[in-house]
Amino acid sequence: MTSAIANPLALIAELTHRCPLHCVYCSNPLELEARAAELSTLDWIRVFREAAALGVLQADFTGGEPLARSDLLDLVRAARTAGLYINLITSGLPLDESRLEALVAAGLDHFQLSFQSAREAVAQEISGTKTHAQKLRVLEWLKRHRVAVTLNFVIHRLNIEQLPEMLALAESSSAGRVEFANVQYYGWAFANRDSLLPTREQLTQSIDFLKKTQERLAGKIKVEYVVPDYYAKYPKPCMGGWGRKLMLITPSGDALPCHAARIIPGLSFENVRNRSVSEIWNSSDAFQKFRGEAWMQEPCKTCDRRTQDFGGCRCQAFLLAADATATDPVCSLGPHRLKVDAILGEINSARARPAPLSAAAPSADLLAKPAWLYRPNPS
Amino acid sequence: MSVDVLSRPRLAPGCRMNEGSQQPRTLLMPERALRLNGPSLEIVERCDGKHTVQEIIAELQELYAKADPAKVEQDILGYLALLEKERALDFEP
Repeated sequence: MTSAIANPLALIAELTHRCPLHCVYCSNPLELEARAAELSTLDWIRVFREAAALGVLQADFTGGEPLARSDLLDLVRAARTAGLYINLITSGLPLDESRLEALVAAGLDHFQLSFQSAREAVAQEISGTKTHAQKLRVLEWLKRHRVAVTLNFVIHRLNIEQLPEMLALAESSSAGRVEFANVQYYGWAFANRDSLLPTREQLTQSIDFLKKTQERLAGKIKVEYVVPDYYAKYPKPCMGGWGRKLMLITPSGDALPCHAARIIPGLSFENVRNRSVSEIWNSSDAFQKFRGEAWMQEPCKTCDRRTQDFGGCRCQAFLLAADATATDPVCSLGPHRLKVDAILGEINSARARPAPLSAAAPSADLLAKPAWLYRPNPS
Repeated sequence: MSVDVLSRPRLAPGCRMNEGSQQPRTLLMPERALRLNGPSLEIVERCDGKHTVQEIIAELQELYAKADPAKVEQDILGYLALLEKERALDFEP
């Protein structure tokens, strides 16, 4: 069965893996790419033109920290000229007001500012860096220059009970959107999972709060919420389906169907230095590998949901079931759900109760300090 | 949420149409894109902070003279409410 391949809608441009933050849930791979291997300005400009010609509408400039690229202004200008909508996903760290103004003048459409917490201490523990005060300054500049902004809070066991504070921060800013995105467990987050996964009770309370918040802020701030899929009944349609909507380009130019795809054994990836975006999208082995349904096992193969979730996440199937063609282990209809339940059982047992990071309980903090694996800054 | 017919809708920051030369015409928004055609394109092109909702309704009723005017009004209000829910519109007084 061959059918026409729909064009990708978004390009995720990992401009660099360099980053001043060292977040314990970073979605970058454990093996970070070095500065010396990064694509040149001209390579990226060609990629943006080829992507736009293929039908891509939006480019997410991300990293690492995309502001670490000294040619970012040129890249924004070129991507905008190519016809793309440009979203900058950033910590806001290496930024001052004049650089922000220049980026907006060059055609930056939207600014997604990540927050590790609404509290300095938690933010510092999670990112291994002092960042909070600078982020608050960036928020002021964004308001002053009327830049479209989404605040992104990455949610986990240590901050899930601080949603009201995060929301207050969002409401005091000019953000039109706020995302409360629970950590998804790949890369560094997978390595730190047992210290990050919230308890079921925490999750239930947070969802309840956010549903009410969505109603209250309708038309003012769009509140988006992503649950940790380990607690879901059915898997997420990861990346909107393998090779269906998105292409990710790594700093060195490898084209991946998703952030984590490199972990799947036996996959090889084409590089934009050698082949066009269109060739890679339409015919590379990596993008073809899990398109369609031929690769599926039972119960996916005959499941009514296969056209909604495409069998879930291939990387998660490999990480948790050691088989990239298995039904996503979070699926309650699949044979590997027991593995996820065992992980949740551990997290929800009395032994692994959350360690609240509050000024009121400093001694408990010290006792329960997780042994974080921080992501480094690549050379 | 109900739309005030005397207000003047305008695309919110971060929301814009793709370039005129690009087909199909598309409303680009943070993390989203909406293909526009026929009436939806006519509506969004008038969300310029100058037209009131009432004026948009009147112009489209004229443009789609064969359609039931009440139905046109209802469809426009519904579409504007949807865009508002997406945070794609600001309503100027």
